[in-house]
Amino acid sequence: MSHAVTDPQVQDTRSLAAIPAPQGSGAPTYTLQPKRAADGTGSGDLLEVSMGPQHPSTHGVFRMDVVLDGERVLKLKPVFGYLHRNHEKIGENTTYLGSMPYTDRLDYFCSLTNNWAYALTVEKLAGLRPPERAEYIRVITAELTRLQNHASLVGFLLQDMGAMGTPLMYAFREREWILDLFESLTGARMMCNYMRFGGCRCDLPPGWLEAATQLVSGFPRFLDEFEALLSENEILLSRTQGVGVLPRALAVNAGITGPMLRASGVNYDIRKVDKYGIYDRFKFRVPLGEHGDVYDRYMLRILEMRESVKILEAALRDIPEGPIMDPKARLRGFRPKPGEAYGRIEAPKGELGFYVISDGSPNPYRYRVRPPSFINLTILEDMCLGHHVADVVIILGSVDIVMGEVDR
Amino acid sequence: MSAPVLGQGIIKGLVETAKNFVNSYVKEDRLVTVQYPEERLPQKEATRNFPFLVYDGDDWQKGLRCVACLICEKECPPQCIYIVKDTVRKPDATGKLQFQPKVFDIDTSVCMSCQICVEVCPFDAIKMDVEYELSTGDRFGGLLVHKQQLAKSNEYYRKIHSAESAEVDARLGAERAKAEAKAKPTAGAKPA
Repeated sequence: MSHAVTDPQVQDTRSLAAIPAPQGSGAPTYTLQPKRAADGTGSGDLLEVSMGPQHPSTHGVFRMDVVLDGERVLKLKPVFGYLHRNHEKIGENTTYLGSMPYTDRLDYFCSLTNNWAYALTVEKLAGLRPPERAEYIRVITAELTRLQNHASLVGFLLQDMGAMGTPLMYAFREREWILDLFESLTGARMMCNYMRFGGCRCDLPPGWLEAATQLVSGFPRFLDEFEALLSENEILLSRTQGVGVLPRALAVNAGITGPMLRASGVNYDIRKVDKYGIYDRFKFRVPLGEHGDVYDRYMLRILEMRESVKILEAALRDIPEGPIMDPKARLRGFRPKPGEAYGRIEAPKGELGFYVISDGSPNPYRYRVRPPSFINLTILEDMCLGHHVADVVIILGSVDIVMGEVDR
Repeated sequence: MSAPVLGQGIIKGLVETAKNFVNSYVKEDRLVTVQYPEERLPQKEATRNFPFLVYDGDDWQKGLRCVACLICEKECPPQCIYIVKDTVRKPDATGKLQFQPKVFDIDTSVCMSCQICVEVCPFDAIKMDVEYELSTGDRFGGLLVHKQQLAKSNEYYRKIHSAESAEVDARLGAERAKAEAKAKPTAGAKPA
């Protein structure tokens, strides 16, 4: 409360000497002085707003301290850590298998892709290879996760724009059917805990493939309906085109990955670059944006959903019979040899990476998560400068953050 | 993307919502809300919520499959299982004397339903229950479940997870038959 503000844009007219020491109760006894822009720009006082952690449109417990001149943003400081749960420290004190349920809770919308990233890393560390059928199941579940994540994200973005929940509920209707599939496969709708080191926990129940095929064949119709509802809406167009532009060079320099990077025009999709799993067998395109604004990010997610449907159709058709676990894999007493591994996947939000160092004991020595939402958030200020407060909310919505992942 | 008529995009969207609204009266699949608690969705085979202990037969103390090997307590990630081994041993289904738990507590406020205890149990003694209407007003221990509340019969297990329990019964039945077949020649040789 009594720190000096050293930002050149803002001149704080208080000084430390002017604040008397608290007497008795220790209650602050300073008087607030209004801030003025140092270079005389702006129409008067600056307003510092804390768009605090309790806010319906901050996508979780996330705080933004914005300094406003009227309604235009001069400075934005993101403050997070309200959901920090010591995931990485717990990982050092739990076995490798015991960390798997905790990875579900990182990006709690997309638990199956989190599981896959962790399983991939530990498989690299221990030299395990999952069999064919397990790889196909992983691709199917990951693409279903991508579908429901992108649909929910578009719903939340429209909610931030004031659409009062209609597109959100349309998206959630499809999401519920996908979650029903996950429940019949893994036992839980969201916290699936399904991947294991060397394969998957259990095989597909009878009738699952037919139900999934039916859902995937109905999805393009849902996307057409969704696009008819949204894509030509004049309010959406005027609120999102040209807003929150992220230039290509800045995106690459800041380490942005995922749909935000591709919306800025950089052709980098880890499914095409690393070809992890069996993604090299599927033909799908990578949509790219031209302007890097919020509208490009929204449209990119709709197009990515269409590409995911193509991958799903191919995978559901070609899935072979066979075992689902590597015969060398062990559930208990799993001690990989000392070493380190970094495994990454194209999660729906960006590049989700796990860096695990093993020292031969049942617990990892170091367990680090590279969260895409956290790293994508670092560029929030640069995108929001000069925009209105309402645009800040929309730009935050298009970044696609989940605080479970940002804070771990 | 600019429309010839201003407002055409919005009207297109309104047509979609109107279609959905009218169809919700006419078509079955447009009205997806389940009116809980009057209606409940049917339980899926694989659904899991919190663990429970399985016992064979009618006596929950004599038929409890758990032999207090402490593997589930060790593997549980949030460490919500608390077991105290009993000094008195009891015979299991094949007649062999086994350990048993004196205290078996699961703190369901800590349990995250990850199912790892079920995966690592070598005796098929702990399985996942599907009860979810478990809220209680007692904050201090109302969600701590003890051995007697945890013990549920194999018939109940068959009711909630028919495919999984069929597989477990088949496997355990085969093991018991193998154990009995091994015991028979020695029993025949003994009188001689």
